[in-house]
Amino acid sequence: MNATSTLRIALRSMWSNKMRTILTTLGVLIGAGALIAITAIGAGAKANLENVFASMGTNLVIVLPGSTSMGGVHGRFGSMPTLTWEDLAAIQRDLASVEAVAPELRANVAVNAGDQHWTTSLTGTSPEFFEMRSWPMTRGEPLAQADVDAAAKAIVLGQTLVDRLYGPDADPIDHVVRVGSTAESRSGETGLVENDITAILRNRHHLPPDREDDFSVHDMSEIVAAQEQRTETVTRLLASVALVLLVVGGIGIMNIMLVSVTERTREIGLRMALGAQPRHILLQFLVEALALSVAGGFLGIVCGVATAAAVAERLHWPIHVQPAVVAVSIMFSALAGVVFGLHPASKAAAVDPIEALRFE
Amino acid sequence: MQSVAFELREVTKEYRGGDVTVRALDRVSLRVAVGEFVAVMGASGSGKSTLMNIVGCLDRPTTGVYDLAGRCVSVMKHAELARARNRTIGFVFQQFNLLARTSALENVELPLDYAGVGRRERRRRAVRALLSVGLEGQLQRHPNQLSGGQQQRVAIARAIVNDPMVVLADEPTGALDSQTAVEVLGLFRRLWLSGLTLMLVTHDPQVAAYASRVIKMRDGRMVSDLPQEPSCSALDSRRIEGAA
Repeated sequence: MNATSTLRIALRSMWSNKMRTILTTLGVLIGAGALIAITAIGAGAKANLENVFASMGTNLVIVLPGSTSMGGVHGRFGSMPTLTWEDLAAIQRDLASVEAVAPELRANVAVNAGDQHWTTSLTGTSPEFFEMRSWPMTRGEPLAQADVDAAAKAIVLGQTLVDRLYGPDADPIDHVVRVGSTAESRSGETGLVENDITAILRNRHHLPPDREDDFSVHDMSEIVAAQEQRTETVTRLLASVALVLLVVGGIGIMNIMLVSVTERTREIGLRMALGAQPRHILLQFLVEALALSVAGGFLGIVCGVATAAAVAERLHWPIHVQPAVVAVSIMFSALAGVVFGLHPASKAAAVDPIEALRFE
Repeated sequence: MQSVAFELREVTKEYRGGDVTVRALDRVSLRVAVGEFVAVMGASGSGKSTLMNIVGCLDRPTTGVYDLAGRCVSVMKHAELARARNRTIGFVFQQFNLLARTSALENVELPLDYAGVGRRERRRRAVRALLSVGLEGQLQRHPNQLSGGQQQRVAIARAIVNDPMVVLADEPTGALDSQTAVEVLGLFRRLWLSGLTLMLVTHDPQVAAYASRVIKMRDGRMVSDLPQEPSCSALDSRRIEGAA
């Protein structure tokens, strides 16, 4: 009895019980599919997160003005404009680990060009800002230090605003936009070492040790790391649930194989009478269990990848199907087939041919 | 003196069920030569099925010696027993025992598959066996598309495909109408005339009449063992001549 014959017997048995085969396979399919989809979506979320933070600028430390509480009343960040140009200059000058600093003064403003009126967010800043946030210019001149020094009325428009004000594909360079504003201050620095920045600012603001900071420092890389950690934890949790599903699918296979062995007792007896050795019978049922589980695993991968692709499409994330996870899914399905197929198969191999031939 | 196909010496088979021990075979000695057609008769519980199982290597004697084709079966392990069943024995059952949803051809190929015969050779020999039992044109049919007589012919083809020394048949006409039974018995007779050793278990004297030797069993013992002139009904001989 060669491998082809054994496989053919297994496939024929699966084919002759289509509904049962589909339902049994479904158990493993759901497990493997969930595993693939969850890890792929998790990896996609992580990659998406990285993209978002990369566009905000990596290695970014944000310092916000204002205190968390003042006289027992918790104020909003930015409720007190406590950060100054001199603070900015001091951080740049005194901290070697800070590569660049940029102020950020934000306001919601109405913008007019021709007959178009739009409300948008306006940021007053210096040239370093664009580099720190990885925002390249698509057209025109970048903001220059000269513009800052001269307090020139230069503006950089985002693509969305350009499309709305001038229409798509229009060239807004050298056009005039009118801006009305109210202010809310904020400032950003890049580099590292929250403690250094805190020390400098506390010193400059003459804060005694018992007073709270009148600003707050946020390290972007820490936020990114924390966020990624959270995504990873959730992914791992869900992946372990998927593995449990895979095991449950394997138990389903064992259940059906035990039923199948009982149902086919007479066939087993006949095969033995015709010369099948116990190992032939063992192998036949083991291969059948394996075929069920691997088919489930394979279909699960297809469904898992499709689900991940659909989710990625909807949320505009990159698709991240990890080959290692695909390999693990197939391996786990096959393992489930062998582990949960072994008991029914050895039961089949131990059948007494005389009893089996008498079996109704 | 013709060579011995199989021989039992003082074979006893006991089944233990709790405190009770049932002696299904009681010191049975039997020598069957190559080319004999033996009919084993007896009521149910007489031990004829047990005798059949031991001769067919499905079971081993509790005590005594059983030699098949010069080899001692009593000491064989499971895998060796399986090999002996595969190479030396052919089985025909009352209920045909064909695999459902499997063509006649593939049913007949089954013993060759377990013998490790290659695909082409397997097909060639299975086709030859099916033609020899008169099933040309039915090779691809599944059991549920065949009549009872045709199914039993497939089973006989399967029993002889591996060129066994002995074919064992357990009530092979028990599930057939009398007309078909005569046809199937005619086929057995033809196989016997071509040199095969046959052992056929039955309770029907008309079936036993085809044999060259009749053994009667009762309570696990052989009570008679007589040679006879095999009969051949008029209908049967006409068919054989027609087929020849």
